[in-house]
Order: sequence, then C-alpha cells, then structure tokens
Amino acid sequence: MTMIKRGFAALAAGALSTALAMPASAEPVKFDFWFGLSGDLARVVDTLCKNFNASQKDYEVVCTSQGNYDATLQNTIAAFRAGKQPAVVQVYDVGTATMMLSGAYKPADKLMEENGYKIDYADYFPGIARYYATSKGEMLSFPFNSSTPLMYWNKDAFAKIGKTEAPKTWEDVGTDLKALKDAGYECPMAINISANESWQLMEQFSALHNQPIATKNNGYDGLDARLEVNKTKFVQYVTDLKKWYDAGLIKIKSKDLGQDMVQAFASGTCQVILTSVGDHGTVGRTQKEGMKWDVAELPVYAGTERKNSLVGGASLWVLSGKSDAEYKGAAAFLNFIHDPKTALFWSTNTGYIPVTKSGFDYMKGQGFYDKAPYKGREVAIASLTASEPTEVTRGIRLGNFTQIRAEFGTQMQAIFANKVSVQEGLDTLVKNGDAILDRFQQTYPGKTLP
Amino acid sequence: MEKRVTFGKWTIGILFAVPQLLLIFTFFYWPAGQAVYWSLTLQQPWGGGNIWVGLDNFRSILSNADYWNSINASLVFAGVSTGLAMFIALVLAALTDRQLAGSRLYRVVLIWPYGIAAPALALAFRFILAPEAGFMAVVNQIWPGFWDPGLDGADAMASIIVAFSWKYVGYNFIFFLAAFQAIPRSLIEAAAMDGSGVIRRFWDIQFPLITPTIFFLLVINITESFQDSFGIVDIMTSGGPANATNLMVYKIYSDGFKGLDYSGAAAQSIILMLLIVVLTIFQFRFIERRVHYR
Repeated sequence: MTMIKRGFAALAAGALSTALAMPASAEPVKFDFWFGLSGDLARVVDTLCKNFNASQKDYEVVCTSQGNYDATLQNTIAAFRAGKQPAVVQVYDVGTATMMLSGAYKPADKLMEENGYKIDYADYFPGIARYYATSKGEMLSFPFNSSTPLMYWNKDAFAKIGKTEAPKTWEDVGTDLKALKDAGYECPMAINISANESWQLMEQFSALHNQPIATKNNGYDGLDARLEVNKTKFVQYVTDLKKWYDAGLIKIKSKDLGQDMVQAFASGTCQVILTSVGDHGTVGRTQKEGMKWDVAELPVYAGTERKNSLVGGASLWVLSGKSDAEYKGAAAFLNFIHDPKTALFWSTNTGYIPVTKSGFDYMKGQGFYDKAPYKGREVAIASLTASEPTEVTRGIRLGNFTQIRAEFGTQMQAIFANKVSVQEGLDTLVKNGDAILDRFQQTYPGKTLP
Repeated sequence: MEKRVTFGKWTIGILFAVPQLLLIFTFFYWPAGQAVYWSLTLQQPWGGGNIWVGLDNFRSILSNADYWNSINASLVFAGVSTGLAMFIALVLAALTDRQLAGSRLYRVVLIWPYGIAAPALALAFRFILAPEAGFMAVVNQIWPGFWDPGLDGADAMASIIVAFSWKYVGYNFIFFLAAFQAIPRSLIEAAAMDGSGVIRRFWDIQFPLITPTIFFLLVINITESFQDSFGIVDIMTSGGPANATNLMVYKIYSDGFKGLDYSGAAAQSIILMLLIVVLTIFQFRFIERRVHYR
C-alpha cells in the first residue's frame, strides 16, 4: 500500500512542478532543479537559487527539496517514467552507477560544450572528478556538495594523557584510547554501525590503505565486479574495532539510542569520532562551552603509504528529454555553481568543501581557512589530495550500492552483538552483497558502464 | 408485504456501480496487476526495458534466509502486538463500560492514540525507550546493559511491538466499548440479581455476546500489523539490529525504493498479499466457528 501511495505522491509532485514550470512568453525560461538536502542546507540551496535568478534575466531555476537523497532519486525515477522529470537533479555519490546505466541523462560535459561554456575539468580535484567521471575520464555530472571524513578529537582530553597531537596510526589510537579510559573517560571513542557508517568505516578505510572493495577496480571496469572486503586489511580493522568495543574503549552512539556520535562529541561525552567534514560547523555551533577540539586526517595502520580519501556527497545530473531552452538554462546554472565565488558562498554557509582548485585557492585568498570557525576544514582537502587517485581510490562504481551499505550495517550489528565472528560476518556481507551485484548485472543485460 | 424498488433494466444497475468499479479497478486491480507483471520480470528502474524471468524472482526470494527471517519476524510481530493490543483494549473497555469513576473521561482519552500518525508516535516512543536518555535509562542504571535495542534484536522487536500496540489499543477500544454498550442492560441486571459476580457476568454473558467484535478486530489487527507497521519500523529501528525488525512490509520498501529493485519488491508484495489472504481465510474458516452472531 505504502508503495502505491508513494508512487502517486511522486507523480503528483512531478505534475505539480511541471505545471509551475510552464514557460510564458517574454518571461525568463523556467526549469526545475530537484535536490535532496533538507533543513538548514535546503535554505542555503534556496538562497543559491535566488542568487542565480538575480544574477541574470534569461532563466529562472525552480528549486524543490525532495527531503533526502533516497526520495530525490525515487521521485525523479517516478517523474521520469511519467515524462515529468526536472532538468537538473542532485544524485548522491553511490547512485552514480545507477545513473550511468539509466540512459536518462544528458552528459554534463556535452551540455556545457554545446552551450558554449568552457569548463576546465583539470581544475577539479582529481579525487572528486574521478569519482563521478567515466572510466575514460568524461564528466557525466557536475560535483556539487562534497565532503570527506575526518577524525574529530578532543584536545582537552588528550592533554590529560599528555598528548598534544592527534594519533596518526590505528596502533596509536589503540594506546591513546586505553590511556583515556584509564584517565577516567567513560567513552574514549564513539562509532555507529548502521548502513551510513559504511562510508567512513569501510569505504574510506579501504581507500586510505589502497585496498579494493570490489574486483574490477571497485567496479569501474565492469558490471561483473564482486566484493572482496572479507580478505583485505578491512578484516583486521573490524577485528580491532570489535576488540576495542569489548574493552569499553569504543561506545556505540546513534540517534535511536538517544545521542548520535556528533552530539556525543560536541557535548564532551566522547573524545574521538570519525565523521564528515560537513559536521564541522555543527560541532562548532553545539559544542560544550570552552571545549577545545580539532580535526585530523583519518588514521592509517603503521607502515601504510597513505592514499587519498574518497569524496562523499552528491553531483548534479542533467536529465534527457527537455527542451533546448531549458538546457541553455541548466548549462547557465551549472556554470554559476562552478564559479569560485559560489564555492565560497556554499562552503561558508555549509560544511561542504570546494570542489575545484580555483575555488579552494580563491577561498584561501579570502582568508577563509585562517580563522575560527572555518579553521581546520583545509584538512579535508589535504586528505582528499593526499595522493593521485589509484585504480581503487578513484571511487566505487557498484550497482545498488545502497543495499550493500544496508548489508554492511546488518552484518556489523551481528558482529558487534556477538552473533557471528568478524570473519563470518564479513563473509556473509560479501555473499549477500554479491547477490545484489549479480541481480543488478542481470537487470542490465548486455550493457556496460560508460 | 415487503416493498422493494427494482430496476427494469440491468444496465441501470451496472451504471450505478460503474463509478465504484472504476475506482476499484484504478486503485486496486490495475496496480495489483502491474505488480504481478513486474514480479515476473526484471525491471530497469528508469524504465529502459525489462526481461521476462518467469518465477525467478520468487525463487530467489524464497531461497533467501533473510527473507524467511523477515517472514518470521512479521509473524512474531503480528501475533504479539495483536494479542497485546486486543487484550489491553478489552480490559479497558470492560472497565469503562462498568461506569467506574471517571469512565466518561477515559472514553474520550483512550481513543486518542489511534489518531496519532505512526511516524510521530514512533518518534515519541524512540525518546521514551532510548536506553541512554529516556525512561529506560533509569532501568539501565539499575541493571546496566538490560535494555539495548541498538544491538539486541529482542529489545528492538519489543520496542516496535509496544509502539504499535499502543496505537491499536485506541482503535480496538472504540469497537469493544461500542460492543459492550450494545449488550442489553437487562441481561446483565438479571444475571446480577441471580447473584453472579462481575467476572462471572463477563465470561458468561458479555464475552460470548461480543465475539463478533473480537473476531472482526482480530482480522483487522493482524492485517494492519502486516501493513501499518512500516512507519514505526522506519523511524524506530530501520529494520535493525541485524535485520531483527526487518518486517516484510519494511523489506519491500527498502528493497524497492532504497535499493531500486522494483521486481524483487513486487514479488515480495505479492507474497505478502497471499500470506494475508491465507491468514484471513484461515481465520474465517476455523475461528469464526466459535463466533456467535445474533
């Protein structure tokens, strides 16, 4: 029943927004932009849209929040099937493979070329560009809101154990957490083990250690890629996390339990967390009065040559089946978003990072990173650009990856509840994940990723 | 003599029924037919095409241990929450019917929970049952580690059962109270004059007379617990921990809408529909025998 209801809601939303978007003569050409951010972030997007509309007279973008990333993709699919799709849509990182096979988009690089905009694609940070580009390097969509995870650490607590720097290796983290526990801290480190944390725990860890998540270079080279996280360094990582959890050095914090890890860190309850740079602003705004904290790159195991971390967030796709006038508007909009000044506006008002070198340089030139509360966010850029992306640190190009993330959460919960051993849990994750990939491959017979 | 309006032509009757038939066709048979078609194919989410796979979707679902786990969880959820919601509502309605002090107030207040949307209700219970901040935090302070819905599947299941039952107590209460009040006072008064106590009167007179209502609510509660549990699961547990609360209806949603596996989700909804049909037939066939209609 719910399925049917949602379907209709999506159709209704689609119909409504096209009705609003009917062009009238001598008026600016209207086109739709659907996005998945909500709350404060949605207000920033609305301002961005207003700024675009005020910056020129030919086009008017109508920006509609669909609540979250999942709903945006679902509603867009429903609208597309009914022929009422928006011109531009924000699709999250892991939806990239699905989009590439959809046949429902207009390649962003072609769109810009046709409409006479010159975009220097080499200007994008390679770690960001490669995540969204085809295996040949063409940009099919435009990176928009981007982030990467960092380790947030409480300076006051670490000072108590005689440390002034964040631990750089997981070995040091183990020692420090023990010392924090001995110094009387109840919760040295907080993690959560739901589907969402696949990002920092599995995906980013694997990238930093140059470990594959799946064969075929994480799926870039074919739909027949299969998971292999049950035989990489990731196994040792989960084993250590579980060991620390059993020893009381790590606590699980989630919204369902009363306090999520960002709140736990900001309130001073927990001393270390791993989360997105996007939470930098939240921690700053909600922190306990006078608490000293900082961010650092995620640790790696001793002796590892550190690689770049992966970008998280979403990119902007232009959908097929719209008029040339709307495409002109969409191109102008993407060009506006690409502008370094927009990058400054966007990063100042959200925790997201600039996606181009020129945007980053412009922001540095404006002194953005010199003063609180933005100081520290440059660590995210350092983490993203730690190395040239390798074959397996370009990104992840796996079908239905959302379900694989859900499976990650399920198996981590089983491991932490002592239902299965670490190896058994990860073997099941691979087995079930492969079934999902297999199904995805069957759904697109004879198709290959661009 | 009975007066009856008859139509000369059968077409007029059909014409009157057409709007209703059209509605049923558009909102039930058409989507249901579509779901059957999808369940026999592999659908590309963006509508790029599909392949006929026959019963493969059903085979892969039914050979999946996670799916059987989901059926199992749904049955436990349906059984316990229906039992709990009906029992509590029955007791409350019986007491309210006895015109105890304040019964007028209860009559109004006890209906409210049903008026609350499932997600709002789930959010409230998430706060109440949060192991670190809510009411259960007190219990956890006395017995550390007693309540942990984040990792303990049984605790998580208990949370969603409590939330769902709380909502349906209100619904069941309305029907039970109406049923009790429809029983002629004279019957109960006569029994009282014959010297039977409250409990005796309940078992020998009231209970047999409300069996049609009990049966009706049983069917509705079980059906609803398969379908209406979605919002509560989504907000409170998202199907976790380790799939312990991944009820069938929630699995359909997450596979279909989050995973974009439309065919698999369609096949699952067909199975869910069949399961509810079978359960309902079973209830009419075996339990209805014990119902006394007047």
